[in-house]
Amino acid sequence: MVTTTEHIASTGGFEDSTAGSGSCPAMAPKDYKSGVKPVWCPGCGDYGVLLSLTKTLAELQLQPEKVSVISGIGCSSRIPAYLKTYGFHGVHGRSLALATGLKVSRPDQTVIVASGDGDGFSIGGNHFLHACRRNVDLTYIVMDNQLYGMTKGQASPTSAPDWEKGKLTPGGTGINPFHPLVVGLASGANFIARVSGTDANGAVPILKEAIEHPGFSLVHILSPCITYNRDQLAWKKMVRPAPVEATTDPARAARRLMTDDNLNLGVLYKGDRKPYQPTLEPSINEVRELEGQFVV
Amino acid sequence: MTVPSISITMTGSGGSGVMTAGNLLLEAAGRAGWFGLMTRSAGPQIRGGEAAAMLRLSSEPVLSHKDRYEILLGIDWKNADRFATEIPLDGDSIVLGDGEPPKVFSEAAGQQFQVDLQKIAKGIKGGRPNMVALGVAAALVGLPESSVAQVVEKALKRKGDEAVSAGKEALRAGMEAAAHLPRFDQLTVDAENPDPLAVDNPSNPRWNISGNEACGLGAVRGGTRFVAAYPITPATEVLEWLAPALPKLGGALVQAEDELASVNQIIGGSFGGTPSLTATSGPGLALMMESIGLAVASETPIVVVNVMRGGPSTGIPTKSEQSDLNIALYGLHGDAPHLVLAPLSIADCIFTTQWTVALAEKLQTAAILLSDQALGQTRTIIPQQEDAGIVAEREVPTVLEDGYERYAVTDSGVSPMAVPGQPGGQYTADGLEHTPTGMPSSKADDHHKQMDKRLRKLTDFDFGDNWAVVEGDEDAETAVLTWGSSYGAASEALAELRAEGQKARLIAMRLLSPAQPERLAEALQGISKLLVVEQSHGGQFYRYLRAYYDLDADVKSMAVPGPLAIRPSDVRKTLTEWS
Ligand SMILES: Cc1ncc(C[n+]2csc(CCOP(=O)(O)OP(=O)(O)O)c2C)c(N)n1
Ligand code: SF4
Ligand SMILES: [Mg+2]
Repeated sequence: MVTTTEHIASTGGFEDSTAGSGSCPAMAPKDYKSGVKPVWCPGCGDYGVLLSLTKTLAELQLQPEKVSVISGIGCSSRIPAYLKTYGFHGVHGRSLALATGLKVSRPDQTVIVASGDGDGFSIGGNHFLHACRRNVDLTYIVMDNQLYGMTKGQASPTSAPDWEKGKLTPGGTGINPFHPLVVGLASGANFIARVSGTDANGAVPILKEAIEHPGFSLVHILSPCITYNRDQLAWKKMVRPAPVEATTDPARAARRLMTDDNLNLGVLYKGDRKPYQPTLEPSINEVRELEGQFVV
Repeated sequence: MTVPSISITMTGSGGSGVMTAGNLLLEAAGRAGWFGLMTRSAGPQIRGGEAAAMLRLSSEPVLSHKDRYEILLGIDWKNADRFATEIPLDGDSIVLGDGEPPKVFSEAAGQQFQVDLQKIAKGIKGGRPNMVALGVAAALVGLPESSVAQVVEKALKRKGDEAVSAGKEALRAGMEAAAHLPRFDQLTVDAENPDPLAVDNPSNPRWNISGNEACGLGAVRGGTRFVAAYPITPATEVLEWLAPALPKLGGALVQAEDELASVNQIIGGSFGGTPSLTATSGPGLALMMESIGLAVASETPIVVVNVMRGGPSTGIPTKSEQSDLNIALYGLHGDAPHLVLAPLSIADCIFTTQWTVALAEKLQTAAILLSDQALGQTRTIIPQQEDAGIVAEREVPTVLEDGYERYAVTDSGVSPMAVPGQPGGQYTADGLEHTPTGMPSSKADDHHKQMDKRLRKLTDFDFGDNWAVVEGDEDAETAVLTWGSSYGAASEALAELRAEGQKARLIAMRLLSPAQPERLAEALQGISKLLVVEQSHGGQFYRYLRAYYDLDADVKSMAVPGPLAIRPSDVRKTLTEWS
């Protein structure tokens, strides 16, 4: 319980309110778990993602209060509440925008954005383009199950055109799927990788690198929906490490990603674009100093 | 008391520099110790096209334009007839300028004069007709050459000495060309001290500021340090003022990809502990609605400045209307108590924005501030505005122990809000209904308790006397009740009536939500006739009053849609005819 509260002026801006919490004992993956029981179906791929995240945070030994996990709406977007970090479970499709505002004004926080293929590429598609382009130092993990799990199994932008089980598209969508990594690269994402949600050990080093890489990192996570498309359980056996090393050349990355079959795991592209981050260093002390411009 | 004033409009087509001339005339009036307003009106062209600078110069600060213009001065008359309804003239008006004015003007005005602005300008090296027009205007209204020359110099300095001397020469030529024209002597200049704002008199500083700039200033005075926004007329100048100002104060402005992004970015900024704000207009506000509800449910303070324009849809982007009241009050889905406020004048844009930032932070909710085009894009000369000293104060837990409850059900309804970085304060902010710790919950008990607290923190809060401006006679039986920018015309109308010996009272509301029924009942003591004045077609304010207040009087609605401004005479006429 809160024992003391005090009204503190929050005008000063951005200083870290908790500098100097001293040396902390080593953090284990379980220390990043909130203890809230997930709403997910037993066997959902998102459990593996949660495990991968707690392991990654422990690898990085990040203090939980220095991490914020921001999400939208969907099964996948439920993840923040299951972590012991700061979190924001916002509205459908807008997590990148919310995270941008947080990171730009609080660059001291490690900000991870969690999304699904619907949340991120359909309703949130415009923010995806501009988050890649803006290149704020965020890590964007998208749990792709090629459908809308939360609303009970409709087609998503990444569904195969002939997937006939989507309830609003009984004959399949007949539309080519969206290719998030190609679009991400073209829009300016500074780090692009794919991991399997069901292989935490494989995912952790890549997630770690994504978090540490400056600028906007996009991590595509294959996270099967056991309830609305059991076939996705086969992904586990189909995926493979990408046959070549990560490239830093966007033209080569583009060619590779254009022919990518969604099953290559690993870091696929690493850029060196400068992240977007205002300095937040005041050059004047008082608002009054701005007022001279109004004097007649 | 009615304020002595002169109203003058200058018109000109693209590139004529009519706006520059208008701005300089306003600034010079300020230097001479006067006050005033300048509203711009433009045709539909993006750049260039016909434009009108509409000024009212006065001996005291004024809040609205007059019912008619004494002077209409055309640098040229191309398409000027488009402004006919905005520039009422009568037999006491003069119309003058280069060439033949449109019939609507020459037929309405009492006298007409030809001034060869082009020809005079041609006779001066580097001379421009707008500077000649400035000289003519200055002479007609009785401004001393010294005041005008100073502002011309200030404005043209960066263009070099030649431009300055050409400007001054054109100014003088204009004043000489006006020698034979009638003079308007409503305003006087102290002959001993023709430039009271000069260095020897710094005790009386005067500001030249627009409502949109004033909103920006109020925002930073209140503590706003993060802004994200998408450009939209007529709100853009709020952002243009804030964009260079915020970095100087250690803050930032991000140009977002759309309004869905801007509102979510400021929710993120605020979640991080920084007072955050966006500015938009009707179409943008409509896009933001879902996420304003997120700010309400997650109790994340944000401020949305909505500079209203004619609606619905794209409507009339460059003209004012008070027709976003409904969406601001009722646009959120679910039961979503939030703040809605409105500034009453350009100067009040500073105070009300500052107050709104502080209220949103204090009450941890979303606030919508309803400014409008008439305030936002009008410039005014006013006395320097002191800082009201109201600053954002968010309740933050200082000691955190296990089991921190972000959404603790407190008596006041406000729960201490941890800031990312605070150890032990970790919580997940949520738009899903939740328990006190923030865990999603669909239980009736949690829903009711959280809804009660989100409402209680607003309804139990003491907003003090700033909820409205109440002015006029204590023993009046007639009152005008209005809100936002309509205050200007209503206030002037009532001042005129009272100067004629009638008793009247005016109540202009700044705080629209939460409703303040007890305060309004008190303000309406003794009133048996109540005129409700607003600039909307549907009577949005009137209907809101009917829903939330017991109005124990004979009530009449005066709801006039844009794009024309409500003028003092409209209010007077309605009051006089109502018997
Ligand atoms: C504005 C809005 N529209 C629709 C919904 C309904 N909705 C909730 S989640 C969702 C799709 C989620 O899909 P995805 O992001 O792929 O998440 P998944 O459940 O598959 O993990 C939809 C359409 C909503 N919450 N908000
Ligand atoms: S519906 Fe699918 S995505 Fe959602 S929790 Fe169940 S298995 Fe996971
Ligand atoms: Mg999905």
